[in-house]
Amino acid sequence: MKAVAESRAGAVRPEPRRGGPLRIVWAVVSRFWLVPVVVAAWEAAARAAASIDFPPPSAIVLRMRELWLSGPPTRLFLSDDAIADLLPGLGRMFAGWLLASLVGVVAGIALGRAATAAHYVEPLIHFARAVPPPMLITLFVLLFRSSTQTQLAVIVFGVIWPVLLNSMDGARSVERGYLDTAAVFGLGRRERLLRIVLPAAAPKIFAGLRLSLSLALILMVISELVGSTDGIGYELLQAQRGFDSPGVWATILLLGLLGYVLNAVFVLVERRVLSWHVRGTRTT
Amino acid sequence: MLKVVNLAHAYGDQQVLAGIDLSVGDGELVSVVGPSGCGKSTLLRSIAGLIKPSHGQVLINGVPVEQTPDDLAVVFQDYSRSLFPWLSAAGNVALPLRRKGMSRRARREAALAALDQVGLAGSADKYPFEMSGGMQQRVAIARALAYRPALLLMDEPFASVDAQTREDLEDLVLAVRANHNMSILLITHDIDESVYVGDRVVVLTRSPATVTESLTVDLPSPRDQIATRELEAFVRLRSEIGRLVRGRPDLVGEQ
Repeated sequence: MKAVAESRAGAVRPEPRRGGPLRIVWAVVSRFWLVPVVVAAWEAAARAAASIDFPPPSAIVLRMRELWLSGPPTRLFLSDDAIADLLPGLGRMFAGWLLASLVGVVAGIALGRAATAAHYVEPLIHFARAVPPPMLITLFVLLFRSSTQTQLAVIVFGVIWPVLLNSMDGARSVERGYLDTAAVFGLGRRERLLRIVLPAAAPKIFAGLRLSLSLALILMVISELVGSTDGIGYELLQAQRGFDSPGVWATILLLGLLGYVLNAVFVLVERRVLSWHVRGTRTT
Repeated sequence: MLKVVNLAHAYGDQQVLAGIDLSVGDGELVSVVGPSGCGKSTLLRSIAGLIKPSHGQVLINGVPVEQTPDDLAVVFQDYSRSLFPWLSAAGNVALPLRRKGMSRRARREAALAALDQVGLAGSADKYPFEMSGGMQQRVAIARALAYRPALLLMDEPFASVDAQTREDLEDLVLAVRANHNMSILLITHDIDESVYVGDRVVVLTRSPATVTESLTVDLPSPRDQIATRELEAFVRLRSEIGRLVRGRPDLVGEQ
């Protein structure tokens, strides 16, 4: 057979070059050079303004350290505050996001493959999705009483829609050729769902999961602004009530950093899981 | 092996197939050739049980096809829509073997053996996007081989690859058939190809399609890309089929 000739002629694409240390340094610099410039400008502007409510970033960072990173090294320097206030909130956020993701993916794929059911259910979904989740806090307080349950409910209700709709769309638009092939080779229902529909829909599902993750952070904070006793939102409220303006800024900065890190980690995982998709669509 | 009796199909008002009769004997390779858009793919989808034809019957070993039959495999034209991009070559070949109750290891071994047969022994762990079109279609053929079907359907399997690869793949199909003694129905719009690979060529008319003619290909085996195509018998058959496919009025009238 002539496979040797063919494999030489076709396809073997050069792997992306792994750079030396210099190349990596250059990559980081060219990507992030604007950050220190903005921070320096901010510092200069804040010092010139000399307002208590507009502290320079250096003061904000000091405040952040004081608030959350003044603990002993054995606890990764996390202060009591960080452990008591930040972790429960983040725990609720992840719990809510995971629960919403699980329900969203399962329900989305089921609805995506069942056209008739989706036909009836979809208007309801679009109605529910249109209700702003923060407005539901009062309702959930009535329903659940407990603040943890209320916060979880707000997060789940707020973040489930992108996952659900994207999973539906992904499961619905599976290439017909894939399904024909699965049918011809006699794959059973279960296999067809798990080995064909799920991976085929995965790129869209991941897009939904990513959107939901950033929404989960927002809803976590909002859910902690009402009737909460811990969490980043609660801390923000406390700082504002105590006229601790560096504390307010510190909390906002922390949220920004959290959002950035969460997204970066998610993208890393996504590239790993969907490498066939990422690498397959980048070229050609 | 395969018997198609008075098969007709319409999409809504549009009649695509108007009563097709054809058969494929045990170990026979039948090419079906017809003008573009004449319903060749609809015919194949009916045989594979992917659509339910409006009229007529498909029998495999005397048993009517209701859903997709067990010992049937298909190689589709568009490998990019039939190979699963999230599975490696070996993974793609091994997936259908799950229903045969084979262990993970047995599936992998069968997949490697099939890939070896199509000349892809070294590419088992490559993903479709890392392979050329011809290699991907070889994987699709390996998948069909590993499945060990009694009947192999091929829907314009070489229409999406370049000419050189196409010739290689035609010879691959002939080699496969010599080794496995399976019945093959190959659908194509390429007249040369239908003659080159076929034991028999079935010619369809324009849509709504019927069978115009069934011609026995009386050419020596093994066939050779250059020598076979030079034979007077090859040239004559090709011309005859060409006229049938183009549907020259005087010739259609003779039917």
